[in-house]
Amino acid sequence: MPRRYWWLPGGITAGLLLAVGLGPLIALLSQAPLAATPLWQDPYLRQVVIFSLGQAALSTGLSLLLALPVSRALHRRRFAGRSLLLKLFGLSQVLPVIIALFGLVAVHGHGGWLARLLSSLGLSLPQYLYGLSGIVLAHLFFNVPLAARWWLQSLERLPANQWRLAEQLGLASWSLFHHLEWPALRAQLPALAGLIFMLCFTSFATVMALGGGPGATTLEVAIYQALRYDFDLQAAGQLALWQLLLSGLILLLHHRWPSEPPQLKVSDHYRRQDGARLGARLHDGASLALVALLYLPPLLAILLSGLRPELWRALASPRLWHSTGQSLLIGTLAASLALGLTLLLLISSRHLRLRLGRRHWAQGLESLGNLILVLPSAVLSTGLFILLMPFTDVFGLGLYLVVLINALASLPYTLRTLQPAMEAVAHRYDRLADSLGLAGLARLTRLEWPLLRPALGRAFALAMILSLGDLGAIALFGSGELQTLPWLLYQQLGSYRLNEAAATALLLLALCLALLGILERGIGGKDADCR
Amino acid sequence: MRHPILALMLGGLSSAALAQAPELTVYTYSSFASEWGPGPKIEAAFEAQCHCDLKFVSLDDGVAILNRLRLEGRHSPADLVVGMDDAMLADARATGLFSPHGADLSALSLPGGWQDDTFVPFDYGYFAFVYDSSKLKNPPKSLKELVERPDLTILYQDPRTSTPGQGLLLWVKQVYGDQAAAAWQQLAKKTITVTKGWSEAYGMFLEGQADLVLSYTSSPAYHRLAENKQQYRAALFAEGHLPQIEVAARLKSAPHPELAQQFLQFMVSDQVQTLIPTGNWMYPVTQVALPEHFEQNELPAKTLSLSETQIQQGRKAWIQEWRQAVSR
Repeated sequence: MPRRYWWLPGGITAGLLLAVGLGPLIALLSQAPLAATPLWQDPYLRQVVIFSLGQAALSTGLSLLLALPVSRALHRRRFAGRSLLLKLFGLSQVLPVIIALFGLVAVHGHGGWLARLLSSLGLSLPQYLYGLSGIVLAHLFFNVPLAARWWLQSLERLPANQWRLAEQLGLASWSLFHHLEWPALRAQLPALAGLIFMLCFTSFATVMALGGGPGATTLEVAIYQALRYDFDLQAAGQLALWQLLLSGLILLLHHRWPSEPPQLKVSDHYRRQDGARLGARLHDGASLALVALLYLPPLLAILLSGLRPELWRALASPRLWHSTGQSLLIGTLAASLALGLTLLLLISSRHLRLRLGRRHWAQGLESLGNLILVLPSAVLSTGLFILLMPFTDVFGLGLYLVVLINALASLPYTLRTLQPAMEAVAHRYDRLADSLGLAGLARLTRLEWPLLRPALGRAFALAMILSLGDLGAIALFGSGELQTLPWLLYQQLGSYRLNEAAATALLLLALCLALLGILERGIGGKDADCR
Repeated sequence: MRHPILALMLGGLSSAALAQAPELTVYTYSSFASEWGPGPKIEAAFEAQCHCDLKFVSLDDGVAILNRLRLEGRHSPADLVVGMDDAMLADARATGLFSPHGADLSALSLPGGWQDDTFVPFDYGYFAFVYDSSKLKNPPKSLKELVERPDLTILYQDPRTSTPGQGLLLWVKQVYGDQAAAAWQQLAKKTITVTKGWSEAYGMFLEGQADLVLSYTSSPAYHRLAENKQQYRAALFAEGHLPQIEVAARLKSAPHPELAQQFLQFMVSDQVQTLIPTGNWMYPVTQVALPEHFEQNELPAKTLSLSETQIQQGRKAWIQEWRQAVSR
């Protein structure tokens, strides 16, 4: 490609992204003019908004409250299985939500592990898995490990000399916390709280599976219901706009309230000496036990259910393999599309940044890939649905729409993975390539491909894992024939067919772990932070 | 075969012949199309006479069928729908998506008679809560008792997707009138969960998740006949029961209108009607003989009914009333 066309790939992609973003938005606005009053007059919708915000606030607060002592305990203690626990904590961010929900149902559900344990002691377990308590429990499952890991890292970044000083002064545990740990933890609090709040606010699969009726419905689920249950396009459009408004507001607050940038990592891990006291022991033991009880049994349930003999019968189900095929197809297509869009954007933005010196323009171009963060996928899907409905059978296009939404959803992550790698290549080898006259296809095959291959593989695996776990887009566009593993699992959980669900969960888990293996190998042993 | 090319050609020919057989697409609810429902037998019987390929697309439940059609509009790939019910007729008619059935319905012998040029009834039954008499010793004797007793747990279906759920909505409305919201709030306290379709709720009930599940008076026959289990019963309520008539219809946009009409006629034939009692566990709409165990079903002493206009005028408001009452 001649160099004067540098803008072409990015330009086309930018146009495409803008069209995909604006089209549905216009469709939504035309369907439901932005009017605030009807929402506050409709008690149901008001209740949905309050529930969405309330459950997110409760989940965030409890997650942070539990993660705080856990991160301190993990920082203070070295014990067998600590690094395994941390690795498993990392899993909570890449594990498809619906798999984890299977684990939670197997442990906490009616007839689950806990109920059987209690009934052998002559006690009965109250029902708490459905409704608000279940939703919050699931959100704790996902977010306590996230927050604990994040905070552990900020504690580890505290310089060793500060610890030494504090110990020489003989500070008590409380003073240590007050003067040393808390400032470090507090610095990360807004960013962490914002992230968790956003994750809980937009959580779809959890609320779908554990909501249990209109009593516990969030905006995302209400959008889905308005469209698929009530065929109420106006209500769906209005809910989607509210979702857009509120998530925009949360993002804005998040940015207005900046966290301290994480300092450079200090390599000398100082072993703090304050763990011997009785209070510290009790504190650490209790918080570690609590988090282990919350987090480990559901994971174990997923694995153990794979050992049951019923599994083999369930594995013979043609529906399962049909769904697996569709999941793989959608995942591959979505990951390819995401990668294609990313590369096209980056080719142009790299040129802008490195050759033309337009850093802000380059950044602007790349930020278009973060469309999905501003326009949540439930909003985008609803808009697309309303946009396309007059012209075609939307369900007939379901596969492509799911691929599109999934690809857009993984774009921020693929961009973040590939951007540094592509820039590094240009930085290092541009002059050499130019002096050798290496350009066009030759440059692509000789220079870019071999150097970018690891990053490409990583980005592809990441995008595919995200797509494999998607429930939101498939819920809206799925139909009898279009069925993925998460949707099948959701249905099996809904009708409490746990044996069949076990097979589905295990298969989905195996696929994700295989991809995760590729991911981790690409990174080279470092933590795979995929969110 | 010694001539691989010939084999290929023959293979090609037969698949071409198959490809020419028109595909008749029928939207229905999941338990109808499932392997233990009547769907597969009906499919085999119809394919034997139509030289076509009948394809059931299973959706969550009856009301979901209409929602799906409304989302697809005139672009729907479906020829027919099977499994909407009489309470949905006004809404379905208002969409303008359906075409007159053109079938001969003289064989029908429905209790209340049937006059309609668009919708073809294929079975009927009475909504009822089903319980396991070995576990629940004193079942409720009236809807009021069910609503008021604090010790019971129930499962029912979402009225926005499922015809039994919608039936309960009408039932509660008819018994409670203006007090329906309060009744729903009381019911919400004993509701384990509201499922999208009948299959999920009934499956959860059989797993022992609740004392009672919303189903039909004819459901216990399934357990007697297919499983030889005697303990399942339908709770008969003093206020009376709401009947449900399930209907089939063809779409204006049907790619194969003649075949669709042929299928509608087939649905009221003896061949299909004899499959209904032990396939869909409902009553047939023509005078075919009922299986022995089916005769033992208890019939409600009193039936309730709402007119098409009543339902059309009230449904949306009643759904909102329910939605709000149970989400408090």
